[in-house]
Amino acid sequence: MLKTGLKTMLLTAVAMTAFAGAASAGKLTIESWRNDDATIWKEKIIPAFQAKHPDITVEFTPTAPKEYNAALNARLEGGTAGDIITCRPFDASLELFNKGHLAGLNDLPSMAGFSDVAKSAWTTDDGKTTFCVPMASVIHGFIYNKDIFAELKLAEPKTEEEFLAVLEAIKKDGKYVPLVLGTNDQWEAATMGFQNIGPNYWKGEKGRKKLIDGTGKLTDPEYVNTFAALAKWAPYMGDGYKAQTYPDSQNLFGLGKGAIYAAGSWDISTFRGQDVPMGAFKAPPPAGSADCYISDHTDIGIGMNAKSANAADAKVFLDWIGSDEFANILGNALPGFFPLSNAKVTLTDDVAQTFVSWRGECKSTIRDSYQILSRGTPNLENEMWNVSAQVLNGTMTPEAAGAQLEDGLKKWYAPHQK
Amino acid sequence: MRKPASAIAVHGILILYTALALFPIILVIMNSFKARKAIFGAPLALPTPSTFSLIGYDKVFGDSSIVSYYLNSITATGGTIFFTLLFGAMAAWALTEYKFRWNTLLTLFLAVGIMVPIRLGSVAIIQLIVELNLINTLTALILVYTAQNLPLSIFILSEFIAQIPKDLREAGRCDGLSEYSIFFYIVLPLIRPAMATVAVFTMIPVWNDLWFPLLLAPTGGKQTITLGIQQFLGQYITDWNAVLSALSTAIIPVLILYVVFSRQLIRGLTSGAVK
Amino acid sequence: MADAKAGAGNAIVGMGRGSYAMLLVFFLGPAVVIYTVFSIYPLLATIFNSLYLRQPDGAYIFNGLGNFQTLLTDTTWSAPFWNAFRNNCYFFLIHMLVQNPIGLALAAMLSLPRLRFRATYRTLIFMPTMLSVVIIGFTWQLILSPLWGISKMFLNAFGLGFLFAPWLGQESTALITVSLISVWQFVGIPMILIYTALLAIPEELIDAATVDGLNQFQAFIWVKLPLIFPTIGLVSVLTFVNNFNAFDLIYAMKGALAGPNFSADIMGTLFYRTFFGNQLQLGDLSMGSTIATMMFLIILIGIMCYLFLIQRRMQRYSF
Repeated sequence: MLKTGLKTMLLTAVAMTAFAGAASAGKLTIESWRNDDATIWKEKIIPAFQAKHPDITVEFTPTAPKEYNAALNARLEGGTAGDIITCRPFDASLELFNKGHLAGLNDLPSMAGFSDVAKSAWTTDDGKTTFCVPMASVIHGFIYNKDIFAELKLAEPKTEEEFLAVLEAIKKDGKYVPLVLGTNDQWEAATMGFQNIGPNYWKGEKGRKKLIDGTGKLTDPEYVNTFAALAKWAPYMGDGYKAQTYPDSQNLFGLGKGAIYAAGSWDISTFRGQDVPMGAFKAPPPAGSADCYISDHTDIGIGMNAKSANAADAKVFLDWIGSDEFANILGNALPGFFPLSNAKVTLTDDVAQTFVSWRGECKSTIRDSYQILSRGTPNLENEMWNVSAQVLNGTMTPEAAGAQLEDGLKKWYAPHQK
Repeated sequence: MRKPASAIAVHGILILYTALALFPIILVIMNSFKARKAIFGAPLALPTPSTFSLIGYDKVFGDSSIVSYYLNSITATGGTIFFTLLFGAMAAWALTEYKFRWNTLLTLFLAVGIMVPIRLGSVAIIQLIVELNLINTLTALILVYTAQNLPLSIFILSEFIAQIPKDLREAGRCDGLSEYSIFFYIVLPLIRPAMATVAVFTMIPVWNDLWFPLLLAPTGGKQTITLGIQQFLGQYITDWNAVLSALSTAIIPVLILYVVFSRQLIRGLTSGAVK
Repeated sequence: MADAKAGAGNAIVGMGRGSYAMLLVFFLGPAVVIYTVFSIYPLLATIFNSLYLRQPDGAYIFNGLGNFQTLLTDTTWSAPFWNAFRNNCYFFLIHMLVQNPIGLALAAMLSLPRLRFRATYRTLIFMPTMLSVVIIGFTWQLILSPLWGISKMFLNAFGLGFLFAPWLGQESTALITVSLISVWQFVGIPMILIYTALLAIPEELIDAATVDGLNQFQAFIWVKLPLIFPTIGLVSVLTFVNNFNAFDLIYAMKGALAGPNFSADIMGTLFYRTFFGNQLQLGDLSMGSTIATMMFLIILIGIMCYLFLIQRRMQRYSF
């Protein structure tokens, strides 16, 4: 009965507005949170694909990162999402696959060009099905302003001690903000702070695996010490860093007002646009470390909407995403996103080269909250944002931070309940 | 206002408050016309010939969709206001004028919608819109917004209709006018000022809404200006020239429209039709 | 649909039962249909979802009121819930104590007889209300940004530079700051509603009062204020409903985690985070719907209080 009435209403409404639109067939729509890269997709990546496949049109329609997960989930539930879905790593995408929103991609020819490690972020727990083509990883470290370092006669710090000495020297000089990092948006505190320097403390993959099997606890010294190291940054962060947003930080460093920027490699392209003379150094390990570790995080994959009406075209596109051609375009058009395929990619950006060179010097690991540990409530990643920001704000001790994380994990994760 | 001292005090307070209300808006518009260095160097200074720059606007309008986003917003908002006022006034009339079983119940039923954010039902709304094949259309937005605004509009219009002197309606009936004619020729013109108020209250949240455009019409050129600006801001968030210009681009036409519309509103409000 | 009781209590002479029903369907039909389909049905679907629990394998099983028990008793859920509820109450309180009195005072001044530039003031003060929360949030973030330094510069100009603090970033001040920005934006709404009500008061009443020796201020307090009580009641209940539905501004300025340490978290942001998820947190349809249903109940209770306690009492004063 409702529907009949509704149809009458709709006829009126449609007659009024005459704005009914229909999606044209044969056009692929890409869902992504990388709105920063929209121009590069539109001007470089898509034209390169269409040069090979002129019969397939592709549209890049990003959503702001903050809304991406929510909007995408709602659109997938409603059946209106695009054909191509950009995949967050690990559980967020695994869930989409389990719900039947993402298609399995084992039969995609170019999948052979990826290592198991690269694929691990988008593969089911049993290792049988991969549902997104690995696209890029990002590496954490610190970007510094070369002019400021030259002016103040500073050298790249190699250890944590040197790092703090450099910060102290910049602070004494007084002209520049020593360390550019804000806590308003919280995620930088966890990602550019905790996950950036932490692997040196918890020995990368070894520590991460111990957390997963329950033999390691977040109250262990390696985690508390990471927070303690983080707490030492506070005096060197900019005036009012508690209200400093991520774009504020980018501007602060971009305008040449800050000396060191706690970075993700993806920031390189932002600062290239602002002509900052950049150098980079990796997270300086604490005294007495034999090895060094870097956060080399599998961050972006790209998959297919299982209900796509253009599945055949979508697969052609995804296969191309796995190609050497795409890897080369991506690595150079977006310096700081490092292609995950086995293809040989020559990076032209010197700072991107610096970041990638650390892979040869140190052992790589991914962010420890991403695999399995953020499946329950309270969510470990959210908790890490919260406590890392609080430690930097000086409202929480490192011990309390570790304890809160462990308490949260204990509530739902069996290996930690022993 | 006989004592000049108190008049000055009242004007003083009003001017201060007006300044507070306008300061952020002026700040954004002013700085949007300045070069990047000047934005950060002297944010409170007016643009001078040496600091004047339109580089931000180049970027905003380089993204040529802005104009069509405006048209989308105008269509969605206009359509919503039209249906909200028409259907709202009709329902308000029936609820205040006619006594029937379930009248109170129906009023309560409609009142629920004033209290609950329709956003809480987002997933079901999306599914519904998909089933009707209305995704990425402005029709979807108009339907949802109309549903969202009807309750408050009925609520406000009922209050006004109840104040219309009974004689007027009865006179119409005695003249042999049908109930339909009474509503369209006598009642509707009388509640025009109230409808203007409802229109403003409907227009603001609809024009400014980000949520439903994001879910129901995010692509395919059917973005509203608020969503378009949000998407633009995300893309250029560290480029303050572009950010401030985008903000100004969103602000200025609304303010112009409002100033034009506001005169009408004041005339309606002060015409004394409802007393 | 609506069963007509022709002629009962209302004189519609010469109209048959059938055409009376037609009349009701004509006037009520469109509104009721659109409203039911696009508002009530989705909301019912949400309430329905709150009774189901998601299983690890993705299936949903009926859980009765179990989700509500979890939300209110399991500290994993109850701590954030009560925190959001408390913050929401503060948010509402700040609006009641700051926004509505300012709105009332502005309306009172604007309705003074023989005030010049009345329309100009009214138009300009209402302006922020016209703007998108996205724009307002962004603009204020720029103004309060320690990077741009506008607010610091401003305080320095008055010799108050030492007062500057990263208000949006401190646990103790984040919620108050966001609330005041919201007040700044929406003060126009109580102002207009009260102003309209004040204009409707017959001049003769005021003239009579001033003849009785009351000055403008006294006349306002003793004559006008009681007459606009119903409007003030309406403004209060609208504020209540809007505040407990609020989401956009806090989301725009502080993100879905509404930090630091959830100090600016309100029901709307908690619902959003739970329902749609966050970075690695997956959306939870059941618990999200449970929170939405609780919001619905809280608002319902508020409205009931208004309808049964306040409005009834006020009817007697209304004119």
